[in-house]
Amino acid sequence: MSVVKLKRPKLGFGEKIYFGALIKGFILTMGHAIRSLRGKSAGADSLASSGLGVTMQFPEQRWDEHLPEHYRGAPALVTDEQGRERCVSCQLCEFICPPKAIKIVPSEIPADDPWAKVEKRPLEFDIDMIRCIYCGMCEEVCPEQAIFLRKDYLITGLARKDMVHTKKKLYEIGGTRVGLVNKWNELK
Amino acid sequence: MPDLLIQLLIIITKIVVLTFVVVLPLVPISVYFERRFSAVIQDRVGPNRVGIPLTLLGFKKDFHFFGLIQPMADGIKLLLKEDFTPEHVRKTFYWLAPALTVIPALITVCVVPFGSPLNFFGHEEKLVIADIDVGPLFVFAISSLSVYGITLAGWSSNSKFPFIGGVRSTAQMISYEISLGLSIVPVLMYFGDLNLSTIVQKQADSGWLLLPFWKHGSLCIPDLNTALFWIPAVISFFIFTISIFAETNRMPFDLPECETELVGGYHTEYSSMKFALFFMGEYAAMVIGSAMIITLFLGGWSLGFTLDAKIADWNIGGVGLAGFIHIGVFLSKLIAFILFFILVRWTVPRFRYDQLMKLGWVIFFEAALINVFLAALILAAPQFSAAITIIGAVVLLVLTAAIIWVAKVSEDRPKLLRA
Repeated sequence: MSVVKLKRPKLGFGEKIYFGALIKGFILTMGHAIRSLRGKSAGADSLASSGLGVTMQFPEQRWDEHLPEHYRGAPALVTDEQGRERCVSCQLCEFICPPKAIKIVPSEIPADDPWAKVEKRPLEFDIDMIRCIYCGMCEEVCPEQAIFLRKDYLITGLARKDMVHTKKKLYEIGGTRVGLVNKWNELK
Repeated sequence: MPDLLIQLLIIITKIVVLTFVVVLPLVPISVYFERRFSAVIQDRVGPNRVGIPLTLLGFKKDFHFFGLIQPMADGIKLLLKEDFTPEHVRKTFYWLAPALTVIPALITVCVVPFGSPLNFFGHEEKLVIADIDVGPLFVFAISSLSVYGITLAGWSSNSKFPFIGGVRSTAQMISYEISLGLSIVPVLMYFGDLNLSTIVQKQADSGWLLLPFWKHGSLCIPDLNTALFWIPAVISFFIFTISIFAETNRMPFDLPECETELVGGYHTEYSSMKFALFFMGEYAAMVIGSAMIITLFLGGWSLGFTLDAKIADWNIGGVGLAGFIHIGVFLSKLIAFILFFILVRWTVPRFRYDQLMKLGWVIFFEAALINVFLAALILAAPQFSAAITIIGAVVLLVLTAAIIWVAKVSEDRPKLLRA
C-alpha cells in the first residue's frame, strides 16, 4: 500500500467542452450577486445583515445583542452586594497572566475597616489592554471570584497610557456582581 | 496658418480628452467596480465608505457616494508609499518596464471610435484621435508591445518568481496573438474595410455583426447569406473574446501573476507607483480589449435597431446631439463589458498552464483557421455556382474532420513497445 495509483475520472463530452460548467458558474455567481443586492443572501437574517450580502456594517450596526454567553471581552474587577472589593491581591492572576498584562501593588486593609479580617486589598491594579490577549486565565485562577471577563470589546485609546485600565476603571467596568460565594461574611 | 493651428488644437484636445478624461478614469472606475461587484458576488459589501469626511468639519453626516472616491484614495496611497528599489535588480530595465506596459495600452486608444462625428454648426469632427485605415492591425501591433514590459519586469527583477511570471506571460501572449489575429479575419472580410470608424458606421446602418436584424433603416429578418455568416461571426466572437482574456492576463488565464504559485508574478519586486503602473496597464488593456470587442462585434457606438438614423438630426442650436448620445452608448457598452470581464474573473477558476497552451495552440488556432475558410466560403457563395459551393463545403468538412482527428490522436498516450 505504499503507492496508491489514482485513476483520473473519465470526462464526458459535455465536461470536455467546458461551456456548460461556465454557464452554470455564471448562474451561480449572478444568483449570489442578485440575492445579496436584494438582501436575501443565505443567512442574511440570522447574521443580521445590513441589507447587502450577509455583512453587518460596524459603527452603525453592532453585534452586541448577538454576543454569546461565553464571550470573552475585557477583564474587570467586581464588588459584591456588600460593596466590598472582592480582590484580596493574592497576585495569582498576575503570575498566571501569559502576556504579563496585569500589575498589582498590594496593600494592607487598616484595622478599623469593617473588612479588616480580609487583611489585604490592591492599592493599584493595572491591566495593560495592549498586552491582554483575552485568554480568561485570570478569571479561571482567581480564588476570590474577583476578576471576570466582560463583554466589552471596544477598547480604544489614542496613547499607550489610555490603554492601561487602572483599578478605578476596572471596577467601573466590572460593577457589582451578586450571587458569589461570600466566604468572608459572618453568616455564610 | 490659422487653419493648421486650429487643426492642431483640435487634435490635442481630442488626445487629452479621450485619453485622460475618458479612458484613464475608466481604469480606477473598473477597479472600483471590480471590488464592489466581487464583494456582491461573495455576499459582502465592498468599499462603500470613502467619501467626503464632513463630520471632521462639524457636520452631522459623512458624504459618501457609495464609496466612489475609493479609487482616488487607493491612488493616493500608492503614490505616497515608499518607492523601494531592491538592491539586486537591473536598474535601467526595472525602471523602464512599468512604463512599457502602460504606454502601449494607452496608445491603442487613438484608433478607437468613441462616438459618431460631433456636429458643431455644420462642421463635423470625428470622435477618434487617429482615423487611420489599419485600425485593428494597429491595435494588435501596439498592444503586443506590452509583452516587453512584463518580460523585462520579470527579467530585470532578477529573482526567481518574477522571472517565471515574465516567461509565462511572454509565451502566453505570443500564443494567443495568433488566434487573436486570425479570429477577426472573417470580420474584416465581411466589412471589407480596416478602418474602425467605417466598420462601426456600417454596423449602425445594416445591423451589428452579432445582431443583424435591420438593414437600410428598417427592421427585418436577415437574408440567407447574412444569417449564414452569423455562424463564423459567433465563432470569431468567442475566440476573440477569450483570447482577449488571455492577452490581458485576466483571470482564467492570469498565470503570469498567479499568487498561489508565483507570489505576485512579474511585479513581485515592485512597490508603490511602479506597481500601480502595472496595475493600470492591465486594466487599461482590459478597457481597450473590451472597446475592440464592442467595436468589431457589438456595433461600437451605435444605438442599433435603426435608432441611429432617427437621432441623427437632433440638435440644440446647431450642435448635434447624436455624437454625445453615441459617446454615452459606447461608454455604457464598455462598462457592461467590463462588468462581464469581472464576472468571469470571479466565476472561472484559473487554468493549468498546459491547458492554457493546449487551448491556444490546439483548439483556438485551428478553429480560427477553419473559421476563416468557412467565412470565405459563405461570403463567396453568391458569386459561384451551387456545385462549386458544395464542393467547397465538402472540402472544408473533410479538412475540419482531419484536423479534429489529428488533434485527438495527438492527445492519445503513446503505446509502449514493451509493457
